[in-house]
Parts: sequence; C-alpha cells; structure tokens
Amino acid sequence: MSRNPKDIKIILATDCGSTTSKARFFKKIGDEYRFVAAGEAPTTVEAPYEDVTFGVSNAIREVEELTGHKILGPNGIISPSKGDNEGVDIYVTTSSAGGGLQMMVTGVIKSMTAESAERAALGAGAIVEDVIAIDDGRKSYEEIERIRFLRPDMILVAGGTDGGTISHIAQIAEYIRAADPRPRLGTEFKLPVLFAGNITARPEVQKILGEKFALSMTDNIRPTIDTENPEPARNAVHELFMVHVMSHAPGYDKLMKWTPIPIMPTPAGEGKMIRTNGEGLNINVIGVGLGGATTNVYSVFDGKFVRTVSANLGMSYSICNVLKETGIKNITRWLPFEISEMEILNSLYNKMIRPTTIPQTLNELLIEHAVAREALRMGFQHHKSLARPLLGVAHVGTMGVGTGGKSWSESYIDMLKMDRLGATGGLLSHGPRRAQTMLILIDGFGVEGSTMLFQDSIFMMPHLGVLSTVHPEAAIQIFDKDCVVRLGTCIAPKGTFEKDEGQNVATITLSMPNGETITEDMKYGTMKKIPLKDGESAQMDIKPERGFDMGQGPGHRVSKKIEGGVVGLILDARGRPIVMPEDDSERRKKLGEWFIALQAYPGFP
Amino acid sequence: MAMAYTPGLKRKDIFLVRKTRRLPIPGEVIVKKGDKVTHTDTLATTNVPGNAQLMNCADLLGLLPDDRTGSCDFKQYMLKKEGDKIEKGEMIALKKEFFGLIKRPLMSPLTGSIELISDSSGQLILREPPVKVNINSYIPGTIAEVIPNEGATIECIAAFIQGIFGIGGETFGEIKVMAKSPEEVLSAEQITAEYAGKILIGGSMVTIEALQKAVEVGVKGIVVGGIEEDTINKFLGYRIGVAITGEEEKGITLIVTEGFSKMNMSDGTFNLLAKFNGKLACISGATQIRAGVIRPEIIIPRDDIDEKTIGKIGREDEIPTEGMRPGLPIRIIREPYFGAIGRVSSLPVELQIVETESEVRVLEAELANGKKVIVARANVELIEE
Repeated sequence: MSRNPKDIKIILATDCGSTTSKARFFKKIGDEYRFVAAGEAPTTVEAPYEDVTFGVSNAIREVEELTGHKILGPNGIISPSKGDNEGVDIYVTTSSAGGGLQMMVTGVIKSMTAESAERAALGAGAIVEDVIAIDDGRKSYEEIERIRFLRPDMILVAGGTDGGTISHIAQIAEYIRAADPRPRLGTEFKLPVLFAGNITARPEVQKILGEKFALSMTDNIRPTIDTENPEPARNAVHELFMVHVMSHAPGYDKLMKWTPIPIMPTPAGEGKMIRTNGEGLNINVIGVGLGGATTNVYSVFDGKFVRTVSANLGMSYSICNVLKETGIKNITRWLPFEISEMEILNSLYNKMIRPTTIPQTLNELLIEHAVAREALRMGFQHHKSLARPLLGVAHVGTMGVGTGGKSWSESYIDMLKMDRLGATGGLLSHGPRRAQTMLILIDGFGVEGSTMLFQDSIFMMPHLGVLSTVHPEAAIQIFDKDCVVRLGTCIAPKGTFEKDEGQNVATITLSMPNGETITEDMKYGTMKKIPLKDGESAQMDIKPERGFDMGQGPGHRVSKKIEGGVVGLILDARGRPIVMPEDDSERRKKLGEWFIALQAYPGFP
Repeated sequence: MAMAYTPGLKRKDIFLVRKTRRLPIPGEVIVKKGDKVTHTDTLATTNVPGNAQLMNCADLLGLLPDDRTGSCDFKQYMLKKEGDKIEKGEMIALKKEFFGLIKRPLMSPLTGSIELISDSSGQLILREPPVKVNINSYIPGTIAEVIPNEGATIECIAAFIQGIFGIGGETFGEIKVMAKSPEEVLSAEQITAEYAGKILIGGSMVTIEALQKAVEVGVKGIVVGGIEEDTINKFLGYRIGVAITGEEEKGITLIVTEGFSKMNMSDGTFNLLAKFNGKLACISGATQIRAGVIRPEIIIPRDDIDEKTIGKIGREDEIPTEGMRPGLPIRIIREPYFGAIGRVSSLPVELQIVETESEVRVLEAELANGKKVIVARANVELIEE
C-alpha cells in the first residue's frame, strides 16, 4: 500500500460468502478506528446474475443508505475518499462464493509430506477435497478415478525431502497426468498445479506435468524430515487463487479492479485475525467459524498456528452431512424435548434444501443448536488430527519432550491450557441469547479448566483479517472495540465420577470486584452462572477433588485472575468428557436443569 | 433500500425455456442457429480421452529404480515408445536373462496407446482410445445460439415447473396423473405395467414400495409433493449428506415439489400438471443447492403456442427484478405453518421478536383459509406464476 497508514480514515471491507455478501464500513473517529455500519445482500455468483459485483454493490448500497456516505460511483468504488462523506481510502474483500477454494493435495507418505501439504493448503484457506499419497491404501486406478472425479481448483504436489525420493513423486505426478482432471471453472483453461516437494525432482515433475497443466514450483514444504516450511506454498496458493481461480469466477475480473489488495479466501481472513490475537497477546487461542457449508477451526497453541477447514460440516448446505457423520443419536442427545427421529430427519432435510430459512419455533432452534454442537465437536476432532507434532521426527528421550507427555501421534492441543475460545459464523453470531453461544461452544469443544469465551459481534473477522494485511493497527483496534463480544469464563474441572451422586467436584472461591467473596461447592452434574460483567475480573481460587484437574494436575489447587463477560462466569461441574444420563427422561431433565442454570433458552427460565 | 428479492420456485403455464448444453471438453457442434430439434437429437460431439492405466513396468520386469538419481534403466527392454499404438495382449516389453534362456515378457492389458514411459518411477501410462461423447438436446425447440466448439442453446415454449429436490438425471415420458387430489399418497398398488415409460404425478407422498414397483415396471419418473427422508434413504441405500444429486442410477427420476415429510402438492402445481395429462414432459431430478443452484424441473413443451402469438413471455434466464410486496402469492417454507400457501398482506418495517426471541424481519400473510399469520421473511418464498 503506497499511502501513509495515518492518512487512511475511511475503510470498506466486504466478504462474498456462499449465500450472503456482507459489507462492513469503518471510520477513524478521533484517534481510533471504529465500526460504523453493515450492509448485506444475497451473493450473485450464480445464474441468472453470474456477476459477484451485483451482490457486493447491493450490500454496499445498504451501507450508503444507513450512513449517507456515498461509496459507489459509475466505475465501482470511489477511492480515495473526497471529504467526510464520499469515497473510501481502502477497499478490501474476502471470498468463499462458489464453493471457495477447493484443492487436492498429494504427498509421498500420508502421515508425513502429504500431511504437511494438507496443513499448508488448509493454512491457505482451502477446502481439501482429498489427500493422495503412495501409502494411502488405494490402488493406482482408484487414485486416478478419484482425481478425475474431483475437479479441484488447484492441486498441491508435495513429497520427498530435498535430495530425497524422486521416483515416488514421479509416480504421483503420473497419477495426476493420467487422470487429466479438468478445472472446476472454465473448460478452456489449464488446471493449476503447484509443486512444493523435493527440489531435485523438479525436472521430472516438469517433464510429466509441464505440458498439460499450469505448473508452478515453490520451495519444499518439508525440506528436511524435522522441518515444515509451509509459508512459500501458502503464498503461492494465494497467488494462484487470484490468477487462475478468482479471475475465472463470474464478475471477479471486475471486483479485482475495484481493489489493489489481493482477494483472500474467507477462512484465510478469519484465521489471520485469530492468529493476530493469539500471537499478539502470547496466549493459546482457538477460533471457530461455523458457516453454512464448512466449519473452520484455528488454533494458536504454544506459538504454533494451525488452520483447518472441515468441508461439508456446516449449518445449512451441509447440515445433513453433520447428521450423516455423527448419527441421529448424537443429535437427539442434546434435545430437551421428546421428538421422533423421523421428525428430526425431515426437519434437517428441509433446512438442507432451503438453506436460507431460519428457525422460528423454539424446538427448531434447539434442533439446529444440537447439530451445531456436533459440527463443532467433529470439526475440532479434525483440527486436532492435524495439530500434532511432525511425524517421522525422532523425539528425544520419552515422548514427553516437546509433546506435553502425549503420544507423538496425538494432538498437542491441551484444553486445560487453552486461554481463549472465540467463535464466528451466522448461527453463533446471531444466537438470540449470548448464553446459547457460550453453552454451544462449551459443549462442542468440551472446554476444560478455565477458558475465556468470546464471539464475533456481527461477523466481521474475515473482513478484519484481510484488512490486517494492509492496515494492522486499524484491524486490531476494531477487533478489540467492536468485533469481540466477551461472553465470560467457563470453569470446568476435567475428570469424571462413575456415578452421578451429587459428589463434590471442586470448591471454588471467587474474590469479586465489589469486594464480596463467593465460595461454592461445585456438585457433579450441575452448572451454575455467576454474574461478572464485561470488563470486570475476579480472583479465582479452586481446589479440585482427587481425580479432577484444573491444569495443575488432579487434585491440585489453581489460583488465577479470570475475566467476566456479557454472560458471566459459568461453573461447569458436569465432568469431562460430559456424560449424559442413559435414560431419556433423565437426560432431558438434566439438559433442562443446565438450560435453567444458564438462563439459556425461553421456556427454561 | 437495496434490492431485496426472495426467489421462489418457478411454476409457469407458458414460459420460454432456454437450455444451454455444453460438451465436457471442446468438440464439434453439429447444429446451427435456427435449426429445429427434437428432445432426442444430438447437438454436439467430442472425443474424451480414454481411461488411463498405470503399469509398473520396472517392478514387473524385476528392476529396482534408483531412487537417488531418478534413473531407471528399463527403457532398453521396451519394445514400444511413447505415442505408439498398442493392442490388448500385445508384448510391449521384454527382458531376457541368463543369455536369453529366461524371458520376461510384458503384455499390454488394453488396446490404446503408450502415453508416457517414466524413467524415474519405472511406470508406464497406457491410455485407452478416446471415448465418443454426444450431448443431446434434452428438450425440443429451436437452436437460439451456437457456442463454437462447446455446444448450443435451445429455446422451447413450454410449461415449466421447478421442484425443490430430486434424484436421478434427465429423462422424458408421457404425463400420467395418478392422484385424484394433491392429498393422495402414491402407493404400490396403483402402479402397473401399463405405466412403463410414463411420468407419474402423485399427490402428497410416494411410499418406498411404490418407488420400487415403479422401477420394476419401467416408469420413467415420479413427481410428488413430499417424501419421508427414510424413503429416500431406503431407496438409495445411503443417506444423502449434501444436496448434490442427479447422478443416481436407480432407473427412475424422482421430483419432490414441496419438501420432506408428507406434504400436499400445492394446488397450483397439481392443477398445472393435471392440465397436461397425456403430454410429453422432459424432466430432470438434478439438484444442487450450493455453488450454482440447480433445482429439479418439469418441462412440458407447448406445441399449441406460438411465440409470435403471445407477445412477451417470461424467460428462464431473466433476472428477477421484483421484490416482496403485498398481494404476491407465497409459500411458507419453515415451521410453523410449513407448506401453507397464502398472500403477503403487509411488510412491517420494524424487526419483530419471534418465538425463539430472535429479532427478525417479518411479513404478515393471509393464508388460503383466511387466517392471518406473522412469519419471518426468510421463511417464505414467492410463487413465481
């Protein structure tokens, strides 16, 4: 960006989602950048419009009407600004319209280079359709058929350490050549293939793929067995996304002329903001974007950033895939009322075929929230399967070194050490009561120890993520002041009893900001809400019972300062993992008790 | 306010249907602008590369590729070179050992050609001959536009009805209205051999037994108001995860007009289909909710109507310009009142709190029975007549 950041006063950001295009308008007010207005309109990538800028313009027009600020001119967005009421100084946008960036990745060994390639593609905000590796158990003709069937936007080929295997990389390249997949957008273009493997294999890869594909090369993702170098591949993916994918999507040629700043895939924008937050405060953070089609999970843990996109785990287009993956029983277990399986199935399938509808009855809201818990749970499982130490690396001494005492195939994410958990996405941002979002997050992620939860106020994390690439100061200020809604802290000792007999799980003492001291025995199977406002904090001293852990080992006392929020403090003594009563009426009764304790739903006062 | 619209499913008595038919890869278009075509005519043709098969030549000859240098000295044993035609069973490589006493021949598993001989992996890519692919017109009509090397657009004046969900691809047949009213369930007892090749119109639902019987007797398609998810699950043998359908090969195309569970077909749709009993219908069950919305469709060519005689008629590719306004017919597409048909009576500007406590934009609708109800605007769709 050539302009001095100090001269930037008016900012427009949009996100072209698969269903809705969302405009967010920011201004410098005094010394601070603040959110001013939002506009939304249906995305117009599909027929009969087939021009993304229609939807973007409609969303911007709503901002214009709300603010009286003129943004659109005959040639698109007016920039730079002219005075206080016309034009913008920066326009940035993210996009997941038309299915986002869909990639296939390959590597030689499934748990090594292929996994590194998967992490790199996910890190670039892609949906990974499949991971092909020499040892993935499929026969060559199955690999070829699969590649041919998928029609990805791009293929990332990894494999081999520098100077290592060539023959296996050639073998995979030959699968791709044999399959000859067509690009998803446009029949006349060559499919982009990015090679990020053993640098000595480049001539071979060029020979096999150079003629039929738009082949480019970048640094090896796994130059040595114990290092992973995903950044060059991620950057190359973004560049290819702009040049080969976005430029062929309907109307994007026009949209790209409206902004000199590269369009970013929505999950990449979302993740960038979570990463900035975690790294800036030097804390462990998990973020989640629960969308209509996908669940995106981001983590910053001990400084390591990982992003995953779980394709087909979503709340509208993919709602039935959540059902299919988790099974009807796992949905039903979160419902506090009697309903037949057939009614649930029909309700979810009707949502799938009419994805923009919203629940108007309490029962339908509860069904969607039940699905949300399962989408989060499975999305987090997927995330943890990739947030793990590099396989193939010899660890010193016991497995404890560098892996927190875990097996080297296990995730390094330890919920007891998680400081924050944040959420965005339509269902989580628009929950009628904030306590609902908090409870869904606690249940979906199985929050342990003490964790502060927050949510995106009106869905602007992707916007701020792409903004942070050109104006980090503005992005961080808006994130703190207008994007983050602090829900409060959840206190959940880890451990279980064999039977729920109302035993004590922990004794907690809270020194509240008004000088009051609250002491509570946390009884097994219960939840309790204690008011502690946003901006306030309390000193917590908690002594878990034997077998229960708050982060310092079972039975060990923990003292720390905890933050409040719009919901407050949640004392969650249900144990971890959460065990539901097997008897249906007991289970429903228990759910009702938890809803009442948190005042989460109408009808459960 | 910015343009707001709630696209609904189309239900048109007279409509100019435009279908663009494209080859999967460039080829030859064999029709020209202005040509009249039937629904079975071929429009364009191409050759799609044949299937490829990999053969690990080095392994089969008992050689080990040198991993480090990437060289694998097996080309000396090849009897064919890249680009050569090969026949199934033909010897393509031969390795002689022990002064020629032991011979290891390698036979081609297919007829086609050798695409690649890879030094580094020791593999061969063998490619079967190209496969001829034609695209047909799917609907009768006039060629309105030719897309060079890709395909063509056909225009057809027709009655046009969109469903909400379907399975199975394109097919055609004569319409046979089976239900006496939109409430009736289509059962197996009603389906006999005389309905082979027909498109059957049911009422509120079709049973699994009826679907299976229809396949057995050769029915081409079924159109009904609703269906239980369980029926689809049993019929396909798996549960659908995302609504991308049309490739199912079950021997029948199914179109659901209203939604899941037993749901009366709307009177308008039922009456329109009934009007064309005995006529040809071209139908497709292909549904794709995301990334390029495709809804199942029923196209009933109107050879009784001439474009010149009717002035301006709606077109399939026209951009909806009209938003929601009082008086327009709507269908409620979510509980409560799911499936109810009515008209918009007012559009309050203020957000209203509904049972879930969400503040949403609502509308007031007068249902067919005269009852006035408040529903979220996101939960209604316009009936485009």
